[in-house]
Amino acid sequence: MTLNIKLAAPLLSNPDGISSNGDYAIEARQLHVYYGDFLAVKDVELDIEIRKITALIGPSGCGKSTVLRAFNRMNDLIPIARTEGEVLFHGQNIYTPGIDPVEVRKHIGMVFQKPNPFPKSIYENIAWGARINGFKGRKSDMDNLVESALRGAALWDEVKDKLQQSGLSLSGGQQQRLCIARAIAVKPDIILMDEPASSLDPISTLKIEELMRDLKSEYTIIIVTHNMQQAARVSDFTAFFTLNEQRAGFLMEYGPTNELFLNPKEKITEDYITGRFG
Amino acid sequence: MSISPRETLDKSLQETLDELVLMSSMVEEAIKASVEALKRRDFDLSRQIIAGDATINAKHFEIENRCILIIATQQPLARDLRLLAAVLEVVTELERIGDYGKGIAKINLMMGHDPLLKPLIDIPRMAEISLSMLHRAIGAFVVGDVEVARAIPKEDDLVDSLYNQVYRELLTYMIADPSTIDRGNYLLWVAHNLERSADRVTNICERTLYMVTGEMREFDTTYDEYEEK
Repeated sequence: MTLNIKLAAPLLSNPDGISSNGDYAIEARQLHVYYGDFLAVKDVELDIEIRKITALIGPSGCGKSTVLRAFNRMNDLIPIARTEGEVLFHGQNIYTPGIDPVEVRKHIGMVFQKPNPFPKSIYENIAWGARINGFKGRKSDMDNLVESALRGAALWDEVKDKLQQSGLSLSGGQQQRLCIARAIAVKPDIILMDEPASSLDPISTLKIEELMRDLKSEYTIIIVTHNMQQAARVSDFTAFFTLNEQRAGFLMEYGPTNELFLNPKEKITEDYITGRFG
Repeated sequence: MSISPRETLDKSLQETLDELVLMSSMVEEAIKASVEALKRRDFDLSRQIIAGDATINAKHFEIENRCILIIATQQPLARDLRLLAAVLEVVTELERIGDYGKGIAKINLMMGHDPLLKPLIDIPRMAEISLSMLHRAIGAFVVGDVEVARAIPKEDDLVDSLYNQVYRELLTYMIADPSTIDRGNYLLWVAHNLERSADRVTNICERTLYMVTGEMREFDTTYDEYEEK
């Protein structure tokens, strides 16, 4: 069974603004994630705005990465993980029996903490993903796809003369942008980023952040980050997760980033972002 | 030994507030002394106040710099950030109140050996109320007491009505004897400086509200000098 995707609705408001578009890329409904008997994430209700950057923040163990992975069924790869509730992608529950998780991941791509290019050429890093996703164009079409993906990831100018070199020969920041290029080459709707800059130097980090701002005109981005300044700099919306007494993660507060970092509604949020705990 | 993650930030914020209290006491002293010098026609004291204003200005820059440094190095958020943003505003208000004290000291010198047009009764009263408002406003700011901050601006009405009283009285003198216009005007400026000082205390109280709640709004005071009569 494949996903029946409705096209994203046109933006209703200024794409640079923080107001709600009134349409959601992902809607989590009563989402629970277990690792064996352990309830890791409890009852998350979260609407992710289309073509905005949403940051998931919170102390270690609060389940933010688990929630991120639940958004493209990456938790399926963990044998003891079990997900309850719904994750609606353009209104369709991606956990409906019969839905192919690989199909889900075509629409909802992921970029990981550590850059993980394939041990292949820069060109092949992009082309391979496209090919296994059914790309059947001519060589020139593939060349165009590789170029547009690398341009989209703001990497083209740095690698256009060495496309046949190994992806592993690039710097850490370039490798991470290559992974972003690889993700966008299959034209997803949503890009999930799990601490995409935590292993990068400050300049590479800022480049990734600038890239995210560019990408949000076409993609919905959800980022998990430990770096609160990064969340404050780059995101439009922020979801703060924390843990209850049973150490289950839950969503404490969610709202426009500007409000959450300047005047959070919940004392626990304030305590976390001002370094009183976490 | 346990490590508090906020130790450096808390210490920096506390030191900033301590400096703010110090600056406020310097400003209070300048206003108090300026009116005292006028009352006693003490030119030496007025000259000291004028010279001392540079110290207040230096303290203003020092606190401003301190806030910017904390923002740059500690990346404060939420209430911590609002506190620093509020301190930046409050020190500007204090610096201006200090200028009013210096202004009063200058008026005393400009009046030279001319006698005061009338005995100073309402003007010291205005200074007393303004200073009391300022003292309590800074106290409320430091502890984040919104209720006190909300109440203080209401007292501004009293300063305003005293100002109106001084204004009318001096006008009567000046109309009756135009040769007193210079001396009358000098005292009017003094009263005006004190009236403006109390207005600036209201601004400080607004910053307390902002720091604690994130709400940015003006406190209403009944009197508005630019209001159509």
